[in-house]
Amino acid sequence: MPSTPAADDQSLVERAQAGDEEAYAILVRRYSPAMMRLARMYVPTAALAEDVVQETWVAVLRGIERFEGRSSFKTWLFRILVNRAKTRGVREHRSIPFASLGSGGEAGEDGDDGPTVDPERFGRDGGWTSAPRNWEDDPEQALNSKEARRIVLEAIDTLPERQKVVITMRDLDGLSSEEVRNALDLSETNQRVLLHRARAKVRTALEDWIDA
Amino acid sequence: MVELVTEYLEGALAPADRVRFETHIAACAHCSAYLEQMRMTLSVVGHIEPDELDPKVERDLLDAFEDWKAGGA
Repeated sequence: MPSTPAADDQSLVERAQAGDEEAYAILVRRYSPAMMRLARMYVPTAALAEDVVQETWVAVLRGIERFEGRSSFKTWLFRILVNRAKTRGVREHRSIPFASLGSGGEAGEDGDDGPTVDPERFGRDGGWTSAPRNWEDDPEQALNSKEARRIVLEAIDTLPERQKVVITMRDLDGLSSEEVRNALDLSETNQRVLLHRARAKVRTALEDWIDA
Repeated sequence: MVELVTEYLEGALAPADRVRFETHIAACAHCSAYLEQMRMTLSVVGHIEPDELDPKVERDLLDAFEDWKAGGA
């Protein structure tokens, strides 16, 4: 996804708010695919995700929540989107109403605060007994494949919601740690723990696939 | 090591811990392979684009602009 300077986005927003449809269309085309993907994690259907995305754009146009350029445009936009998607998700009984994505215990809340690698792969001394293979040798080809991306998406889809949202924003949409923390009201530690668990599970899924 | 890998990649380890981490990685082929697997995983993840917008959805979103303008908000 193209990442443009916030100033550029900001001027587009201002032009759109002043009635410039072309500016609005550029913003919509630039960000809506990622917004749809993110919204879909909170609501059960694509139609509801579309509603959420549309509500978000209308909120942007109305300038209900001011973009002050303190964070990136994308952070601000995703923050509005996530808040709306959460509200809608709760209404549709899909989403657990975690008061905010940030608060609450960071371990255990997602029901999996154990080790991220199967403990049976380590011996008593803590060394590997079932060592990770060197992926550099052969599967480079495999990892570039459509199938690898499918495996990853499938793994992400099975993650608990908070992990799913964090890895999507960080690693798929390319937001920084600070941007994600701001968009989701997460502490630094909490964001990192969620990301760690999510990434570890995706790695395991790829490993299982490659070793199969 | 495996539980520190994200902190390491995020640059969140204290300097002394970072040195210990890197010293271990340099000496341990298995942990080094694990770290490399994680890096390659992130590379796969980073190349997944969202689906293109359904033309109907795009049209709906663009129509919302007209509604907004007509509503004189």
